[in-house]
Amino acid sequence: MNSLTLLGILPLIGALLIAVIPAEQVLRVKQAALGTTILVAISAIMMWLNFDESNTAFQFVQSVEWIPSFGINYAVGVDGLSLVLILLAVLLTPIVVLAGWNESEGGRWSAKVFYILILVLETMMIGVFAATDVFLFYVFFEAMLIPVYFLIGGYGSGERAAAAVKFLLFSLFGGLLMLASIIGLYVISSKNGGATFDITELSEMHNYMSSTTQNLLFLGFFIAFAIKAPVWPLHTWLPDAAASATPGTSVLLLGVLDKVGTFGMIRFCLSLFPDASKTFTPVIITLAVISILYGAFLAIGARDIKRLIAYTSISHFGFITMGIFAMTTQGHSGAILYMFNHGFSTAALFIVAGWMIARRKSSTIADFGGLQRVTPVMAWSFFIAGMSSLALPGLSSFVSEFLVLVGTFTRYPVAAVLATFGIVLAALYILIPVQKALHGPTTPGNENLPDLNRREKFAIAPVMAVIIALGFYPAPLLNVINPVAAQVIESQGFTDPVPSESVGK
Amino acid sequence: MVTSTSLVYLIALPLFGAVTLLLSGRRADKWGHLLGTAMSASSFGVGLYQLSQMLSRPTEERAISQKLFTWIDVASFQVDAGLLLDQLSICFVLLITGVGTLIHIYSISYMSHDENRRRFFAYLNLFIAAMLLLVLGDSYLTLYVGWEGVGLASYLLIGFWNQKPAYATASKKAFVMNRIGDMGLSFAIMIAFATLGTVSFAGVKEASEGASETALTAIGIMLLIAAAGKSAQFPLQAWLGDAMAGPTPVSALIHAATMVTAGVYLIVRSNFIFDAAPTAQLIVVIVGAITLLFGAVIGMAKDDIKKALAASTMSQIGYMVLGAGLGPAGYAFAIMHLLTHGFFKAGMFLGAGSVMHGMNDTVDMRRYGALRKFMPITFITFGLGYLAIIGVPPFAGFYSKDLIIETAFNAGGFKGILLGSIALFGAVITAFYMTRVMIMTFTSPKRWEENQHPHESPFLMWFPMVVLSIGSVTSGLLFYRGDALKNWLNPVFGDHGKDHYEEHLFEPIVVSAMALTAVLIGVGIAIAKYQLSEIDAVAPENVSIFTRIARKDLLQDSFNESVFMRPGQALTRLLVKGDENVVDGAVRGIGRTALGAGATLRRSQSGFARSYAALILVGAVALIAGIWVVTL
Repeated sequence: MNSLTLLGILPLIGALLIAVIPAEQVLRVKQAALGTTILVAISAIMMWLNFDESNTAFQFVQSVEWIPSFGINYAVGVDGLSLVLILLAVLLTPIVVLAGWNESEGGRWSAKVFYILILVLETMMIGVFAATDVFLFYVFFEAMLIPVYFLIGGYGSGERAAAAVKFLLFSLFGGLLMLASIIGLYVISSKNGGATFDITELSEMHNYMSSTTQNLLFLGFFIAFAIKAPVWPLHTWLPDAAASATPGTSVLLLGVLDKVGTFGMIRFCLSLFPDASKTFTPVIITLAVISILYGAFLAIGARDIKRLIAYTSISHFGFITMGIFAMTTQGHSGAILYMFNHGFSTAALFIVAGWMIARRKSSTIADFGGLQRVTPVMAWSFFIAGMSSLALPGLSSFVSEFLVLVGTFTRYPVAAVLATFGIVLAALYILIPVQKALHGPTTPGNENLPDLNRREKFAIAPVMAVIIALGFYPAPLLNVINPVAAQVIESQGFTDPVPSESVGK
Repeated sequence: MVTSTSLVYLIALPLFGAVTLLLSGRRADKWGHLLGTAMSASSFGVGLYQLSQMLSRPTEERAISQKLFTWIDVASFQVDAGLLLDQLSICFVLLITGVGTLIHIYSISYMSHDENRRRFFAYLNLFIAAMLLLVLGDSYLTLYVGWEGVGLASYLLIGFWNQKPAYATASKKAFVMNRIGDMGLSFAIMIAFATLGTVSFAGVKEASEGASETALTAIGIMLLIAAAGKSAQFPLQAWLGDAMAGPTPVSALIHAATMVTAGVYLIVRSNFIFDAAPTAQLIVVIVGAITLLFGAVIGMAKDDIKKALAASTMSQIGYMVLGAGLGPAGYAFAIMHLLTHGFFKAGMFLGAGSVMHGMNDTVDMRRYGALRKFMPITFITFGLGYLAIIGVPPFAGFYSKDLIIETAFNAGGFKGILLGSIALFGAVITAFYMTRVMIMTFTSPKRWEENQHPHESPFLMWFPMVVLSIGSVTSGLLFYRGDALKNWLNPVFGDHGKDHYEEHLFEPIVVSAMALTAVLIGVGIAIAKYQLSEIDAVAPENVSIFTRIARKDLLQDSFNESVFMRPGQALTRLLVKGDENVVDGAVRGIGRTALGAGATLRRSQSGFARSYAALILVGAVALIAGIWVVTL
């Protein structure tokens, strides 16, 4: 069997296994979930080792006819972009399982259902990044909503039902727009050489479209992705969802699922509609800059720690979107690397915040105080996660953020300059909660909080290790990313701006 | 260039110390301070070895480099993790590790009662490693890593006692204001890449030779913003006074001798940019001149001994920046003043720590007095530093400051006279406020309560003070004789190194005479005001508006709060409110309309997943139907 398909099926097998374990044997269920996710992660790393970095075509491809009368195939394959995102998804999942060991308690349903949902979600995350058939992508894109909906609505906290519905409605709205565009594409392909959903063949279709058609179809995709990624002003579902979801769900939601938005912008918006992409670039860059600054200000003003992290993500997604549409190799590579790095730094923040909230039974920042002296390891973990979020040089997010900035500057200096103000705001939105929660005198109610236990240390250590290692040595990922980034820029008809002072020399 | 394989140990040793101490936790309580000191000392040892190697090579082969690995490589943006040790960076390496090691030794005793001493040493080691990376990095981006690394260490150390909210706030303030400067560094790197296509020192130097003045001026101004943030120069100076919240050895090492001088390093390192960008150079000079007066004026009004010294640091770095802004004629003197200042100011800060140690951590000089008798070693070492900073020959500061004043006068025309006068006037104020510190602390009658028992500090504390005071006495002459430091550094500045100012406004001896007169005036006024008349044990309230403003740091915080902080907070509140009501409201409104009025929405909000599954099903059916229709 194709190794990519096998990777995607593995979590489902784990889910089936869990389904036959009696619901009372909670520990067995958890162990099975952890075992499965670790196995998936190892398999993905094996795939990475077998990946040919210099080849920009899809690898590990498989294509099987699914609905032949409509030209729909089960077609999968990975290039550098999807490989990085699949790695992100499958590396974070076991960490989420281990970190949120007791997260399923207090849910509407059993632990068994919780882990089945997580594993089903993992399959879909792999599928959505691996799909090379637009219809298959759409199926995963929509089907992914179901486990997330149940994870938020069934196991979250606070207004979990309302948040789950808001999440679903936003996503469905975007999905329906994308659906319309997909139908449109299909129509065009059927009139020009044969109906197909194959991404590579569809990327020729823009030659047969009027600019109006192209713009409209582009918007259908882009709005769907802008809701996912969240780009201002379509972001308002995210803070609610993140505040209600369990920390583990938030990690997968913000760390991985939202990346489908920025992934889609590259895979579909750019490659299917190059001319429309150029038309809308000024608008998108503007929205990205607004997202960066707006998200940062909202994070500064946030009182709830989960909402704060959600707003920082809006700011970070602004950087990613800006990097994608800057149309330089540095911006593009930086944006893809940013997707991976943001996954890890947000994971670190949400995981540690989740532990803090579980101990204190509150997510209000003001309820904490003086944790550095009560729970030093937990406080340090939060601090390092925060430093990663503000892109401290030496940590992974700095490399990607700086690449995005420098890559944007060479083409859109004003946007890059405005975005750079975000680094000052980032210092504020991280150091304010650090001061309130970790510093100062130990406030009543915090004196006896326990520090991280062994399991929790095991869960957070690899995240920290990745954040630090990639900060100093990003080459393992950049080597995978660079060729595909360069290829996208080239296929869009762009070349990197030459240094202005070297012209004519 | 000669390549080396051993430069990395300079950084690796203290970094190893920091990581080990941070990961070991309480287990390292017993030996943490020893490991930390040993790592710093070993790094100093490697530095001395590198110096001896450097001296054994001919002048043109003195600079050596080491490429560790390729750090970032995306198309034309290529940055190595590379180190460069030349005549300029070796000065810093020895200052950082030398003074650093002395301060480690001092801290063993100073922090001995703190239950988190091990963590303190971890941070100190982290600082040393980051600072060495700052001065050894061979590109602006590797420098950036050290640049923010020292900012992090500074943040951690200012907030070492962050259980006190004011200290936690001070550390945050320092970090945020530094980030404003860091933004300048980011811009400088971006402009350099966009215009010159490279960010390495060697590459930028080469490309700058044919570059337009506009581009270089832009880079230069951005570098200056970076320097202003790190070196507490106007208008980003407001964090330094608050940074005194950190333990005193930190103030000595980071906020006097090394980190705050990084801005001067950055400007001098970028000499090839500033030499070709006169406008940027002029702004550097202006910033230096303003800050040297700004700091000095604040220094006159401070009763907190550490804050008085901090204001003095700001002012002295103003001298260095002024010197660096004067171009090739001033680079070497800026570095000379930086090095001598490293000795005498670190020594005086350690002296202040010693005084605090003997006075139950009192910092109010109005509560001191007559400590000369009780702390003779502290008095003498502090006194030698005092003579050095005010510029009495043959102490260190005399040479270094005198050369900057002289170079300022020689800058030519009205500019020269103005800058020289400012530098000279600064010397008057420096002499005044430092004499005031000396008198209030050591020689005036005692004003402390009877329950205080001032005493001399233990050996581990006074030993570093003695070593530094030797530096305060001798280093100036050592660097000055036969233009030793100038000749040593000249290869770094390339062709630009030669003296551009052939015309002298004043003979050197005249400048020295004027500087000495300035010192005498300052000292005289201070003696008249403080030694010969009584000092109030509580700061008098009925003082002039000038004094009141100076006590409030020339209103720097009020300005920042009313111009940046409060409007920023108002904007944040507005956006938070707007996000809930306007943006989310609008989107909800559109959603409601799109879904065909409230009835549908209510139904869909009934919370049953069936509806949504059905919705998706409808979507999929619509897709299939659509396909069917178009393929007919």
